[in-house]
Amino acid sequence: MLGYRVTCPGRGTPEWTRNTDTDDGHGHEEYMSQPIRLKTPLSDEDVERLKAGDRILINGIIYTGRDAAHKRLIDLLKEGKSLPFDIKGQIIYYVGPTPAKPGQVFGSAGPTTSYRMDAYAPSLIERGLKGMIGKGMRSDAVKEAMKKDKAVYFAATGGAGALLARRVKKAEVVAYEDLGPEAIRRLEVEDLPVIVVNDVRGNDLYIEGEKKYKKE
Amino acid sequence: MREISVKLITEKVRDLCMKANTDLGEDVLQAFDRAMQEEESSLGVEILKELKENARIAKEENVPICQDTGFAVVFVELGQDVHLTGGNLTEGIQEGVRQGYRDGYLRKSICHPFTRANTGDNTPAIIHTEVVPGDKVKVTIAPKGGGSENMSRVTMLTPSDGVEGIKRFVVQRVKESGSNPCPPTIVGVGIGGTFEQAALLAKKSLLRSLGSRNPDPELDQLESEILTAINKLGIGPQGLGGRTTSLAVHILMMPCHIASFPLAVNIQCHAQRHKEAII
Repeated sequence: MLGYRVTCPGRGTPEWTRNTDTDDGHGHEEYMSQPIRLKTPLSDEDVERLKAGDRILINGIIYTGRDAAHKRLIDLLKEGKSLPFDIKGQIIYYVGPTPAKPGQVFGSAGPTTSYRMDAYAPSLIERGLKGMIGKGMRSDAVKEAMKKDKAVYFAATGGAGALLARRVKKAEVVAYEDLGPEAIRRLEVEDLPVIVVNDVRGNDLYIEGEKKYKKE
Repeated sequence: MREISVKLITEKVRDLCMKANTDLGEDVLQAFDRAMQEEESSLGVEILKELKENARIAKEENVPICQDTGFAVVFVELGQDVHLTGGNLTEGIQEGVRQGYRDGYLRKSICHPFTRANTGDNTPAIIHTEVVPGDKVKVTIAPKGGGSENMSRVTMLTPSDGVEGIKRFVVQRVKESGSNPCPPTIVGVGIGGTFEQAALLAKKSLLRSLGSRNPDPELDQLESEILTAINKLGIGPQGLGGRTTSLAVHILMMPCHIASFPLAVNIQCHAQRHKEAII
């Protein structure tokens, strides 16, 4: 996957373009890098290069799944059966979208809170899952699994459902249609904006960010 | 006595459900602007910009601001000189919610507590009715998302805890909630009354326009002190670090029992959605 790490020229992504005027005017002294375009599927080398705090634009195929779908995936693994899609190198987005309106590719689709998937995530990471997109802090067990088997956790902006839906170019159900918004869908995304929270070195932006801005 | 048809109320409820979920209030957008001026984290500023852009897209395309289109919480102020005709008010409101969530392509998020089986139409709605003077009906719809509601608490302080006890509990609640309720949040605080009344006060306080002052100078001062303490926590937009953990603290207070000191904290995510109609 050499050459994936392309600096974003700002094509079609005005909200991610760094506004230096604002930064200069309000004393934002820290350096904030340009977003990095990332193409799925991900290799170990891809995820090793990501650091907590990196802004990422995901391109390619990702899968959706939340509470009920995760339970079914883990039940399959317990029974020694294969998963309904090849999880190697993939990203799962924790999301339960609104129903798509006629003519719309995908309904509003912001992330759901991730801790409810903590019990299931390590088994999936062990089988090759390379990324998860959600919101909120992960358990120590998930963080350990990410370090051990090389995976990352991304945060998407909670509540930005309309904006995120626009980055979905194609959507199809691959399993568990009966679960409605919780079915597993295969999405083709273009420049889906996320932030790396947990990297393979054990960094956690939730902890470090809060520490940095805490005032006594 | 003025006659109002329940069918008209059903229609209003339907429209308000759709409007509340797609059209974020100008007061919230202005609060984002103010927060951008004060936010020290560049990443935090980017997130605030993203939220503003999201609200613009939602309004323009008439799609939900957030995929969690919430529990439909309905406040009704029923004028005592109104005679409702053509049906049952409660059922008329439930029907309005049913239609609004269906026709607006909103997510149905209500289920059986044990089996988790979805009711399929986002009912039942939570309805709070108050009889007031006059011959009008005011209906307010405030869809409430699960992530922020889960971070809310009621506690029964002891009278000796005093105002310091309130500050301590509210700030601690926001701290423990961290990134879960989708900061920047609005913190609704209900003080006094009974156990359930404190919670209702906290929820009602969220209906106040962002940026407005509390009419009680003492509570206004307390709101500002608690907000300052919260925004020192460092949690920031989406919990990724920064100044803007909360956009506002709103307090409603009423007298309580001589033995009690009830306190409720209702956390609201940045998608502070509510719309009202007067019939």
